[in-house]
Amino acid sequence: MRFTGWAANYIDERTSASTAVKTLGRKIFPDHWSFMLGEVALYSFVVILLSGTFLTFFFDPSMTEVEYEGSYVPLQGIPMSVAYHSSLDISFEIRGGLLMRQVHHWAALLFVASIALHMLRVFFTGAFRKPRELNWVIGFLLFVLAMALGFTGYSLPDDLLSGNGLRIIDGMIKAVPVAGAWISYLLFGDEFPGTDIIPRLYVLHILLLPAILVALIGAHMVLLIVNKHTQFAGPGRTNDNVVGAPVMPVFAAKAGGFFFLVFGVIVLIASLFTINPIWNYGPYDPSPVSAGTQPDWYIGFADGALRLIPPHLETVIFGYTWSWNVLIPLVGLLVFLAAAAVYPFLEAWVTGDKREHHIAERPRNNPTRTAIGAAGVTFYAGLWAAASSDLIATHFRLSIEGVIHALQFVTVVGPFIAYFVTKRVCLALMRKDREIALHGYESGRIVRLPGGEYIEVHEQLDDYERWRLVSYEEYQPLMVRPDARGRITARQRVRAGLSRWFFEDRISPVTQKELESQRH
Amino acid sequence: MRNRIETQHTMAPISPASSRRSGRRHPLATAALLVVGLLATGGAYALATTTATAETTAASEQLVEEGGKLFAANCASCHGLQGAGTDAGPSVIGVGALAVDFQVGTGRMPMAASGPQAEVKPVQFTQEQIDAMGAWVASLAPGPAVPPERYIAGDGDAAIGAELFRINCAMCHNVAGAGGALTEGKYAPGLAGVDPVHVYGAMATGPQNMPVFSDLNLTPEEKNDIITYLKYVEENPSVGGFDLGSLGPVSEGLFIWIFGLGGLIAVTIWLTAKSN
Repeated sequence: MRFTGWAANYIDERTSASTAVKTLGRKIFPDHWSFMLGEVALYSFVVILLSGTFLTFFFDPSMTEVEYEGSYVPLQGIPMSVAYHSSLDISFEIRGGLLMRQVHHWAALLFVASIALHMLRVFFTGAFRKPRELNWVIGFLLFVLAMALGFTGYSLPDDLLSGNGLRIIDGMIKAVPVAGAWISYLLFGDEFPGTDIIPRLYVLHILLLPAILVALIGAHMVLLIVNKHTQFAGPGRTNDNVVGAPVMPVFAAKAGGFFFLVFGVIVLIASLFTINPIWNYGPYDPSPVSAGTQPDWYIGFADGALRLIPPHLETVIFGYTWSWNVLIPLVGLLVFLAAAAVYPFLEAWVTGDKREHHIAERPRNNPTRTAIGAAGVTFYAGLWAAASSDLIATHFRLSIEGVIHALQFVTVVGPFIAYFVTKRVCLALMRKDREIALHGYESGRIVRLPGGEYIEVHEQLDDYERWRLVSYEEYQPLMVRPDARGRITARQRVRAGLSRWFFEDRISPVTQKELESQRH
Repeated sequence: MRNRIETQHTMAPISPASSRRSGRRHPLATAALLVVGLLATGGAYALATTTATAETTAASEQLVEEGGKLFAANCASCHGLQGAGTDAGPSVIGVGALAVDFQVGTGRMPMAASGPQAEVKPVQFTQEQIDAMGAWVASLAPGPAVPPERYIAGDGDAAIGAELFRINCAMCHNVAGAGGALTEGKYAPGLAGVDPVHVYGAMATGPQNMPVFSDLNLTPEEKNDIITYLKYVEENPSVGGFDLGSLGPVSEGLFIWIFGLGGLIAVTIWLTAKSN
């Protein structure tokens, strides 16, 4: 006890750590399951770092050709790169190597999946609004980096699957007008596949990308602390406070336990289920392509876009071939990702809302945003499903052309359907909320009054429940107003039009007056 | 299997062609052939050779005749009475006994209904009947015959087989032989549990959408290597645990979203649940 006191004092006098611990220890985390998705991402990243470090001890990214002499019979005597050989050695010769490889890969899939779900949570609750727009952008960059890390990792074993993935990337690069072939040679150092790409990707995968990722995670965490956490509305939970458990000791204990749960789930999955059986694929050779060659799930949407674009879209101009069937998906996906990145700024401009928001919205209470999100999800889902069009065809006994055409419909028309349906569902749910807030639930109990009149008794909500239903903000469409020079600019007209589109259909929250008049 | 063994007992002594063929059925086939041969030589020493030949020819003719009747009853409505084909089905002249063994032996023929491709279904004939039909079809014109045991034993080089499989087969059948999609509802079937003679038959005769891998393209020894690889994959389950159908990243992605993330969401709900 004496020693700990002395030690703590020693450190504090030299680092002023107590200030940081005090601030951090008092940081409040509200309790809601959906607020823990980001934690899943963080913890799976820690697992990735740990298992990845183990893998670097044994992996050799060289593309020098050797003959396989390991214990996997169907590859013995086959020439292959050192990279693939060492990946096989990790799987077959090194104690615990296969488990670590599977932990690393499963954790990577979980990492990107939890980031995606975390982003959807933030989007649909409007938690990206001021003051958190920048943290949304950082989070978006983390998502893109996670995909890049995943893809470079997928390419490292230099097996048939990873080589096929690189071939598609090479094809996409070469489709870039004018500079494509130059970029391809710069990246691969030679005609594809060359002998440079694996060492280069290795450096990106274990040095540059993780360094940027860790830095951005740090920034993400700092902004999380500075901005404080959002919370759902409730009695006593306002825009100016945060209600929840402090980091020390409650949240830290919970989070620490949760880290081990995430770790445990990953190891459990990795010990029971094969992931990327590289020994099946054999060494990379540019000629064969296996049926069922797909990227990992997070690159699936890009693969799907290539599968959905109608073939033969090519024009030859001045002797150069313009491969629209590659360029359109490429540009389309970049636009889609960019739209996701800048959405907070777009919405802020359209709504003209410059206030800070710390209350997470229920998705139904912002029907247009929720509908836009649903449209985006549908678009993504169409592309994503298209990446497995061949497996959908074989497993549901459909023709692959039928699957492709159906998914083209889902990707192009589906977002509009999703938009309208979601918007109407949100408005209907708000109407229902309003009805319940005002009149309570129908209890099904019919009472006959002395005068002979029959009424149904409604069960009123208690204050806590009602709060949830009535406390949301109502936005009005912006009016077009002349500026200082008495003019109405085109910019203003556009903005007013968008604002009308956003807020034209709305259900006003129940007012205190309405509630009181209902009560009497 | 029992059916097979019986077949070889009844057929082994009959003709040289079918004795080679029955060798793959059972190791006892050779012994049975020997016993019959010894009895025949011992019984009628002077006339042995001529009598045996006459009997074999007669039996083989009988087999062909029986096959012809089966063909006329079960196949001719589509393939024509003389096997020359009709609007409903292709000619079988020159397809060989091996094609019959593959198509009928896997239940693909007779087809239950026309569709994108003939489906595997319960086999409709005994091996004896299939062999008879094969003999009749082979009598129309020469074609690929059922391979001798040594080419389907699966004792070749798995590494060469795996490489040949990746180069020649994996683009449709998937590297792990899990199958894959083709155009317009057709598909390359999964190869787990397929009898080696049918794997060989598929390669040598190119059924439906499959290309023919003739002996010049893949020698019988190389076909045996491929069979060896498939046997290895089948007999050695994935060292990494359950293989999720060997379908690649799609099943892995589905798994992590549904069970990995789904399970962890259940954990988060548990962690944030109010104690009551």
